[in-house]
Order: sequence, then C-alpha cells, then structure tokens
Amino acid sequence: MTSVNMRGWRWMAAGACALALGAGIAAQQKVLITGAGATFPQPIYEKWFSEYNKLHPQIQINYQPLGSGAGIRNLTQQTVFFGATDGPMTQDQMLAAPARILHLPTVLGAVVPIYNVPGVTAEIKFTGTVLADIFLEKIKKWNDPAIAAANPGVTLPNVDILTVHRSDSSGTTYIWCDFLGKVSPEWLKRVGVNTAVNWPGGIGGAKSDGVTAAVKQTPGAIGYVELVFALQNKLAYGQVQSADKEFVKATIESTTAAAAAAAAKMPADFRVSIVNAPGKGAYPVSSFTWMLFYEAPSDKAKAKVMVEFMQWALTDGQKFAAAIGYAPLPPAVITLELEALKKIKTQ
Amino acid sequence: MAQRSQAGAGDGLFRAATGAFALILVALVGGIAFVLWEGSRASISSFGLQFWQTSTWDPVAGQFGAAPFIWGTLYSSILALLISTPVALGIAIFLTELCPYWLRTPLVFLTELLASIPSIVYGLWGIFVLVPAVRELQLALPDWIRALPLFSGPPVGVSLLSAALVLAIMIVPFTSSVAREVLKAVPAAQREGAYALGATRWEATKVALHFARTGIIGAIMLGFGRALGETMAVTMVIGNTPRALWSLFAPQYTMAAVIANEFAEANDALHISALVEVGLVLFVITLAVNLSSRVLIYSMTRERRPKRKAAVRPAEASA
Repeated sequence: MTSVNMRGWRWMAAGACALALGAGIAAQQKVLITGAGATFPQPIYEKWFSEYNKLHPQIQINYQPLGSGAGIRNLTQQTVFFGATDGPMTQDQMLAAPARILHLPTVLGAVVPIYNVPGVTAEIKFTGTVLADIFLEKIKKWNDPAIAAANPGVTLPNVDILTVHRSDSSGTTYIWCDFLGKVSPEWLKRVGVNTAVNWPGGIGGAKSDGVTAAVKQTPGAIGYVELVFALQNKLAYGQVQSADKEFVKATIESTTAAAAAAAAKMPADFRVSIVNAPGKGAYPVSSFTWMLFYEAPSDKAKAKVMVEFMQWALTDGQKFAAAIGYAPLPPAVITLELEALKKIKTQ
Repeated sequence: MAQRSQAGAGDGLFRAATGAFALILVALVGGIAFVLWEGSRASISSFGLQFWQTSTWDPVAGQFGAAPFIWGTLYSSILALLISTPVALGIAIFLTELCPYWLRTPLVFLTELLASIPSIVYGLWGIFVLVPAVRELQLALPDWIRALPLFSGPPVGVSLLSAALVLAIMIVPFTSSVAREVLKAVPAAQREGAYALGATRWEATKVALHFARTGIIGAIMLGFGRALGETMAVTMVIGNTPRALWSLFAPQYTMAAVIANEFAEANDALHISALVEVGLVLFVITLAVNLSSRVLIYSMTRERRPKRKAAVRPAEASA
C-alpha cells in the first residue's frame, strides 16, 4: 500500500516539475513591460508598441497615459519600468529618484495658436512678445497696433480678445509658457513656467477639445493646442516669429528643424528646451517628449528588451511619426541617442 | 425568551456579520479622512487657515488659497438646488398624485434614464449646446441689466450659470425619485382623511407633503451632495477660472474640478498637498451639509407628537 502511494506521489511530483518547467519556459518567452506618463505622445507610443509586437510577438509593452507628473512619480516609486514626460525632470526630482535616470527624446511636438477673429481669413502672424502680452492681458483688442504691425494688409476688427488656456495641467501648457517665458521677461516674472500656472486672465477649457470648443464658439478668442490636435481636427492656426525674426508656420518639417538646430549643442543628458530655437525655418514653440529609464535597472532581461525596442523606435520607428502628426527626430539627435542607449546596463 | 435560545447561534452570527459590514463603512470614512489629513499636512502647515481665505492659486510660486474654489462649489451647487428643487418636487407630486396610470411608467423610466447618463455626456452637451445658449442669453439682455454685478462680464458662455444649469439637470432625477418614493410611502389614510374633511386635491397634496417633509428634505440634500461633488460635467462648462465673483456669467471654478484638472500633472510636493487639502475641505463641507440636514430633520421630527412618530419611519428609511 505504501509503495503504491509512493509511486503515485512520484508521478505527481514529476508532473509538477514538468509543469513548472513548462511555465518557466513560457515566462522566459513572454515579456510584459509597463510604462506610464505623458498623454501627448500616447498615440505614437501605442503605434510603436503594436508594430513592435508584430515583429516580436512575445514582447508586450503596456503604456498608461496618466500624465507627465504621474509618469515621473510612478518611475520614482518603481511601480513601472519606464516613464514618459513632456517636460524634463527637474533637478529636485532627479535627486528624489532612487537611482540615475536617463532621458531619451522619442519624437517632437509643437504648440500652435488657434483663434477666432471675426472677418479675418488670413493666417495671422504673431511675434513672441505679442503672444506674451495677449496672454498677460496687456493687449486687449484685436486691432491693437502691435498685432497690426506684424500683419500688414490684414484688416483686424475692433473686438475684445478672450484668452483660452488649458484648465487641466498639461505638457502643452508647459511648452507654451516655456516659449512665452523665453521671449518675455515679464511673463517669466509674473507667471512663470509650469504644467499649470496662475493665469493673468481668460478662461480655462478642459483638455484640447475644451480649448478648441471655447475658441470656436467665442468671437475674439485665442487659445493654444498641440500641432497634432490642430492637424487631426483641421484647425486653422497662426504663424509665430522665430528667433531669426522669420514668421514660421508649424509643420512636421519646421518642428524637426527646431530640434536640428539644438542638436549641435545638445547636453549629454538630453534635458533641453528647444523653444525659440535659432536656424532657418525652425518653428519656435517646439519641444521634445522624453522616455525615462533607469540607467541600471534591476531586471536586466527587461532592460535588454527595452534597449532593443528603443534602437528600433529611434530608427525604423521614426517613419510612423509623421503620419500621425508627430515630428520625427533629426538624424544628428538619433546618433547621439543610440550612443546614450549604451549607458543602460543590460547585464 | 425561549425563541431566543433556540435561534441564538444563528442570530449571533447574523448580527456579527452585518455589524462587521456596517463597521467597514465607518472604517472607510475614517480611512478617507485620515488619508486626506495625512496628505494635506504640508499644505496645512504652510498656509493654515489662510488656505480657506486667500484666493491666489499659483503653482509656480507655490502660493495656494482655496477660497475661489470653495465659493464656486457652494455658489453653483446652491444655485443648482434652487433651480432643480421645484422641478424635481413637481415631477414627484405629479407622478404620485395626479398622473394618469398609463403615463406613469414611461415618465418614471425617463427620469431614471436621466440619472444613468454619464456626466461626461452632460458635459459635452453643455459645451456644444448649453454654453452657446447661455452666451446668446447674455448678449440678448439689455445693457442696464448686464451692468448689474449679478450679470456683468464679457459674454463667454462658460460660466457659473452654465455649471448650475447642468448640475440642476443632473440632480433632478435623484431628488425626484427619492421624493416620489417618500410620497408613495404616505399612508392612504392621510389623503383619505383630508378628502373626507372636504379638502380639494391641492389641499390633500399639501397634507401628504407635510407628512413627508423630512423625507423630502432628505431627497433635496441627496441632490445637494451630488452637486457638491460633481466633477467632469462642471469642469467642462464652468470656465475654470479661480475668481470668486457674484456674476452668474463669470467663469469660475470648483473644488472637484481643480483636483481633477491639476492632480495628474502636479509635480511639486506642495502643489499635490494643496490639492489633497482641497479634497479635505470638500470632505468637511460635504460632512457639514449632511450633518446640518440631519439636525434639520431631527428638529422637525422632535416637535411632532409621539403618536405620529411611528408613521414617519418609512419616509426616513427611504431618504
């Protein structure tokens, strides 16, 4: 009786071993990686992850668009493998993290002014100072001489300006304020740069849709949205004067041009603002968006997978960007990044 | 006594199990209060009572005062209550007292349908239909009215009035369903007695309303509680501008809206703490509103004579 029982146990043990082994092999093959962060690059990231999954079916990358702040918090608390942000981490945030974090630009975005001026069909041209003074509520009418000076031949009406900003804190607001702060010392002093600021006036619309709806419905309104959003919704938007005193319309090309100018003096950690970049045809309200990685992650297998993914995203992956409205990185920046990727320890 | 000993074990278990569930509720409320308190300590120690009084909300400079949010929440909710209460009570009275039988079921169904629409849908409707309509309304007002502080400001559409109107529509189904249940629970003898004394229909309804008043106050307070906490629909139409103004047409801001708007991207520890403290303030205000409605109901029931006290229970239960 005992021997029968023993034999039974032995069989079961063998079966359990086989099961465990099988599960072990399956686990080795299937890699699940999660990240969280900025909402702005979500469409391109989703596209990349699904395309990459087609090439490597065993690799599944999940991305939660919780917002840049939440992305940084989650990465710092190590609840996700990678983070993503529209504004580089501050020095304080870097120090608060448990280990060294690497910033890697993935694509570029731009922010454009949208407006609703009765009777004006031409593209309005804005200098940086004019935009800052409008959002500081110092320029109150559309026929203000400062606006008219940049728009010869356009008849601007005597209509009150209503400024519309994002009520939800957002990377879009950060980029917009970053630019206004670069061109207007008064903006930097009175308002500052952040994902949410104390606006001098105007109204807040919830998300890009809220800003767009408010601008469309209110004669005299001016707001700002991501270039992607303006392109997808076929919104008309104005030109902005660049650092080279040239009026530039935001396009995929002019956004990439802004980054190309910055590549020459790129800091080693890629934490750089490219608003008001010099160079011909560079759109001034442009910005990188970053993915964030620990330089020495504890899970080396995942690190290897993500490094390979980034090598793909920075090369083959870039061609998906323009079709969904993101500006691809200039080649010079990609070269620097492929070099920087080697900092991530995969063994 | 004999019965008790027979079923003793089962009864005790039943009592312990249900009691434990009730305790979970207490623990939850206590837990929420504790987490809110814990999370807002940085903000409380920086700003103290100033937080309730000042109106600068500047995440860049690290200056946080919640007065405009408190104002906007209370103003929009009270206004919504003033608009929705007559409508909701009218619906409840019509459905219980006057409505022909064949119409009752579809009407009840429709009011309950209103309650099940997600708030984001109300918000979208607000942006695309209500906000332009409010703007047109403001433009149609004569200049001397628009000069009054209550109606002043540029015509932007997104405003306290838009928020109050959306809120009113959202809370009507809640108030009216509860008020209807309360009115249904009024014993038929009350109305029959009134009719027997020669009362008209309106007078008999007044008797029923008087009988059900504590439950009806409960129904109204339920709506008020919902209005205080509503987030998505409000943030989409109120204009999100932290300025406490009397004007109905001015864009303003509420506590729930600022938390929803800024929490995801808040980086700075003090900013996060200030947002949590806004949550704490909202929690305290909601608690105060509920307590005061309890006190109101208590003071109303206490003045009744003992023999009527028993009959009040169904009304209270459904509230």
